[in-house]
Amino acid sequence: MNYRLSHLDELESESIYILREAFAQFQNPCILFSGGKDSIVVSYLAAKAFYPAKIPFPLVHIDTGHNFQETLDYRDSLVEKFGASLIVGSVQQTIDEGKVVEEKGHNASRNRAQTTTLLDTIEQYKFDAAIGGARRDEEKARAKERFFSHRDEFGQWDPKNQRPELWNIFNGKKQMGEHFRIFPISNWTEMDIWMYIKEKNIPLPSLYFSHKRECIRRDDSILAYSSYLNLKEGEKPEEMVVRFRTIGDLTITGAVESDADTLELIINEVATARQTERGTRSDDLRSESSMEDRKKEGYF
Amino acid sequence: MNATKSDLLRFTTAGSVDDGKSTLIGRLLYDSKSVFEDQISSIKKTSERKGLEHIDLSLLTDGLKDEREQGITIDVAYRYFSTPKRKFIIADTPGHIQYTRNMVTGASTANLALILIDARKGVIEQTRRHSFIASLLQIPHVLVCVNKMDLVDYDEKVYESIVEDYRDFASKLDIQDFHFIPISALLGDNVVNKSENMSWYGGATLLYTLETIQVANDYNHLDTRFPIQTVIRPHNSEYHDFRGYAGRLVSGIIRQNDDIMVLPSGLTSKVKALHTPNEQNVNEVFAPQSIVVELADDIDISRGDMIIKENNQPLALQEFDAMICWLDNKPMNLGAKYTIRHTTKEAKSIIKEIVYKIEISTLQRLENETNLQMNDIARIKLKTTSQIMHDSYRKNRFTGSFVLVEEVSNNTVAAGMII
Ligand SMILES: Nc1nc2c(ncn2[C@@H]2O[C@H](COP(=O)(O)OP(=O)(O)O)[C@@H](O)[C@H]2O)c(=O)[nH]1
Repeated sequence: MNYRLSHLDELESESIYILREAFAQFQNPCILFSGGKDSIVVSYLAAKAFYPAKIPFPLVHIDTGHNFQETLDYRDSLVEKFGASLIVGSVQQTIDEGKVVEEKGHNASRNRAQTTTLLDTIEQYKFDAAIGGARRDEEKARAKERFFSHRDEFGQWDPKNQRPELWNIFNGKKQMGEHFRIFPISNWTEMDIWMYIKEKNIPLPSLYFSHKRECIRRDDSILAYSSYLNLKEGEKPEEMVVRFRTIGDLTITGAVESDADTLELIINEVATARQTERGTRSDDLRSESSMEDRKKEGYF
Repeated sequence: MNATKSDLLRFTTAGSVDDGKSTLIGRLLYDSKSVFEDQISSIKKTSERKGLEHIDLSLLTDGLKDEREQGITIDVAYRYFSTPKRKFIIADTPGHIQYTRNMVTGASTANLALILIDARKGVIEQTRRHSFIASLLQIPHVLVCVNKMDLVDYDEKVYESIVEDYRDFASKLDIQDFHFIPISALLGDNVVNKSENMSWYGGATLLYTLETIQVANDYNHLDTRFPIQTVIRPHNSEYHDFRGYAGRLVSGIIRQNDDIMVLPSGLTSKVKALHTPNEQNVNEVFAPQSIVVELADDIDISRGDMIIKENNQPLALQEFDAMICWLDNKPMNLGAKYTIRHTTKEAKSIIKEIVYKIEISTLQRLENETNLQMNDIARIKLKTTSQIMHDSYRKNRFTGSFVLVEEVSNNTVAAGMII
């Protein structure tokens, strides 16, 4: 007998360990569910970690109001499948309550506003740990993120004041009012996620697979055409064959032109991709440090 | 690009400033095609802004904004790349003398330490420091890369004399497995491709070595240690009586029907069923799988308890010696209470005594010390409020390690290895 785990099995085992630590160390954790493949994988891992009990955390969806219908349908079917509970935090409501001002103009997005809604939702439900699907390979600012990431009472991340993490010992101790973000799939890469989805037959929203869609080209990106998008002069929707590599707010999630309509084809495409997946998100292109700036404010 | 059955190698990198660590990692990422065009165009822009003529590959591994501006790395950053044979996780730690704590952090999860030496400088204080930490943290493999060989005319004699110096020094350390490779990170010699400039070198390239070093045996499969994380009780009719003990098997093997003992209670039972994340009712589980165990008897077990085999027990003590590395800005307080976290267990503890402090660069033991500052390494006597079920760190990295947490700030202030 060869006692050896494949790299995917080892990553899975590590992630399940983290999810169980989150459950054991916190009173009231939740899973931040964006509808994207990473949070889908986290939800499946949580289902495995506590089987045959149900996922002991609610799924929290921060709804920008600018969703792909496919995301909402998928979310609802996943919640039903796992018998989990769902909490929706509405960015529209945050805007209506005057807590943030909606951005205007062509590149307007609800990304910043999302942070306020998220922090409000955490406070309202008194969550002391929010489990997210961020990975360290996604972006430079995430490379130093901890599995257990401490946030002060304003929900802010201080990159200089993070607790060292050694071996497999995680310190979730905190003062009243503080909370943690927990990232069980920190050590996975985009490729690991795709390979895992394939190996475990995890269903995905149809957006990830090649399909025909009305899109517009803006700068270097391709955006899905919708009524939420403020068109610039000369921009005209055209039918394209595209798929999405990440799924978020409809107005900023860039599509890629692609014929990949099966997981095999997507994996081949990822293996030869020349762009990081966030490279297609216009929110990250604003400045070199934009992700880091938003993280400090309490973004995912 | 990836074969599904590839395994995982975690390694840590260390070198002093300007030894070429960032360039080397940048090259490994670049040559293994783990770098994307948008990342390259971003570092290209930065390189131009800095007035450089070439693309500075080292920018690929510079993490946070403050550090980018200061031009130094001050924390542990994790990098990923893979080849068809293996997936690699790099814990990239800074080379500054004051950052022992980061090296310790990076080393704690590594199977391999990659140590860089500048061929022009040879073995220096920082090399000794890194090697000592690799030995203290019991990293199973050490790979010494003599870098910048292009600047010493690819001279075999220079390389050989550095290797000899290093072996000499390392004979005082506790390291199991060494490898040496002459490279040029900047030009790529012996990194991914064999160097034509060093035909005298008969060994493997760096990447080949990383891909083929045996890591499967780095896990201890002899001593069964299963610290309980949580108890799964579904509370529904289908699984009415289900009581599953969930956790990660940190070492050893458990089979169905095995006789087991629970610590600290000493109660015994039999394994009724074993489950892995992918399969219910398996015959056998092994470290480092995350598992669920059902027992034949209904005994009281909770988080912090440990399931073991009766004929192979860990030590259960309330007073023991340990090596610690102080991690916090605030100095250690002799006689103050700290929370100890060990496996899934938590207790209070007091540092009774500093037996000696180690001057890392000379390995000298300093006695009669009463104070530990950030980055200090010392042997201490620790007393705890309840029994800590442990093995020596040398025997078991997971049951031999602990951290200390300060009670007011809740910061993780020390990393400990039980002797
Ligand atoms: N000639 C030569 N220069 C190198 C080599 N490796 C790194 N350098 C240069 O040494 C300097 C420091 O390298 P860097 O990777 O930033 O070092 P770090 O501080 O260890 O990360 C840079 O100017 C590199 O271009 C090498 O193999 N040969």
